[in-house]
Amino acid sequence: MLTLPTVGFDGLTGGDSLLSWILQIVFLGIFVVFMFYGQRIQMYIMIREVEGSLFKLRMMRDEGRKMAVAAINEIGKPQADPTTQVDRFLEYFAITPVDLDPAGIIWRLEHLLDVQDARLKNDVKLMAPQADETQINNLEMTLEAAVILNVIYKVIRHFYLLGKKTLSLYIIMQVQMILPLIMKEAEAYASALKAFQLGQPIGDGAGALVAGKLMHNYEKTKVEKDVVVAKVPIEGRTAYILKAEGPGANVGKPGEAIKQIMEQNEGKISLAIVIDAAGKLEGEKTGEVAEGTGVAIGGPEVDKYKVEETALKYKVPVNAIAIKEDVGDAVSPMRKEIFEAVDNVIERIKRLIRERTKEGDFVIIAGIGNSIGIGQ
Amino acid sequence: METTVPVAKRASPFLLAIIMITLVLSLMSIYQGIDAYTQDKPESGSLFLTMGVTTLAISTYLLFQTKKRVLKLTMEIPPLTTTLECEKCGFKNVRDFQRGDYVFKQLEEQCPKCNEKAMSIGSIFREIKEKEKAKEPRYS
Repeated sequence: MLTLPTVGFDGLTGGDSLLSWILQIVFLGIFVVFMFYGQRIQMYIMIREVEGSLFKLRMMRDEGRKMAVAAINEIGKPQADPTTQVDRFLEYFAITPVDLDPAGIIWRLEHLLDVQDARLKNDVKLMAPQADETQINNLEMTLEAAVILNVIYKVIRHFYLLGKKTLSLYIIMQVQMILPLIMKEAEAYASALKAFQLGQPIGDGAGALVAGKLMHNYEKTKVEKDVVVAKVPIEGRTAYILKAEGPGANVGKPGEAIKQIMEQNEGKISLAIVIDAAGKLEGEKTGEVAEGTGVAIGGPEVDKYKVEETALKYKVPVNAIAIKEDVGDAVSPMRKEIFEAVDNVIERIKRLIRERTKEGDFVIIAGIGNSIGIGQ
Repeated sequence: METTVPVAKRASPFLLAIIMITLVLSLMSIYQGIDAYTQDKPESGSLFLTMGVTTLAISTYLLFQTKKRVLKLTMEIPPLTTTLECEKCGFKNVRDFQRGDYVFKQLEEQCPKCNEKAMSIGSIFREIKEKEKAKEPRYS
């Protein structure tokens, strides 16, 4: 028969005391709980972590919206309060074309992007009637950053609520695992809002800056949508230098412009060099320059496709120069390291031209990227 | 620009009670462990100490987690430097960024050195402080 020891001061301290029995039972209970509910406890910890980030994302989204409204009021001087229009803009979406039958998808995608661009620009014009062309472009970019913050917030909120509702560890886990990367991107866009609003040059404009420096003080002509071209003598060759028209936020259609130049010259182009900012790997230095082959144009790939097609048709060799930076640097005001990399890129362009073309040849130099805060 | 907002909700009294009970039990377990050691019972002593310290760590962690946290969001506006250059004599002048500045902008002002109206904006960039740079991992 089990006899329990009496509880006295001595009993409390002894190894066989009542207290030690209670403690052992409690701890055994805890181990059993952890055995059966360990995963659930882990999930609650993850949910809490996601919840914290979600609050931060909501603050960023609200701040982005507030800044966009303030910028429109300040620059556009609208008659009525633009908040409702801004809210409608934040919910704007675009449906990508059918890819089940991929033939002609590029042209359908291009059409959709053109429609979207015209629609957004028109909406901004209606919201900010007093703004000039440059300011409209900058406001559009501010609003687009606010849209990105809104989308990020809503997607994370969706997975958070879904995970909470279904109590599925795997739904919560996948959000929690990619959360540091998402937060990094969201923070970059949140800090970039002011830069867009003020029209400051951003890291993504590194390619445009190279082209701007090469074409500065030469006569420019506007070709295609928001792209400027200058004919510049470099190392005894003639270079067609092109970039998106600045200083407003613009990426233009460099692919179409390169295609037109190649066709106008009936393919007599000895070399095409495309310069763009490229995502760096962790450990690589910001502003590092690398060379390669191919068309260095990011985004929805319509422009990249057009250059590849035309280069193939006329057998024009396409070289790429990349200026390394991370996503945060790409959307935030240009860092000194990126600015200083421009001279290095120009030296490389000259070397490439000397090594791969003959005097009197024609070359194309395309500076890709957003021309916000960068003239020509 | 800085925005602050309270994040965590108030912890439930039930959860707090459980945490407090666990905390007391863990302290008692540590006491039992020490006592067992002094009574020459190292096996049960180490068992109680391990259990006590583990539970103390868990309950302290949970207690800190229930604390109402205030989340700070800083939308930092990094200072930007604009360099003005004279295209005639190469004179350079540095000032803070102003709204309307852009690279290659032709300015109306005269060059203080050669008095020519040939000033333009040569560069606009932000500099990262050495402290922030040191945070970036380098394994080259």
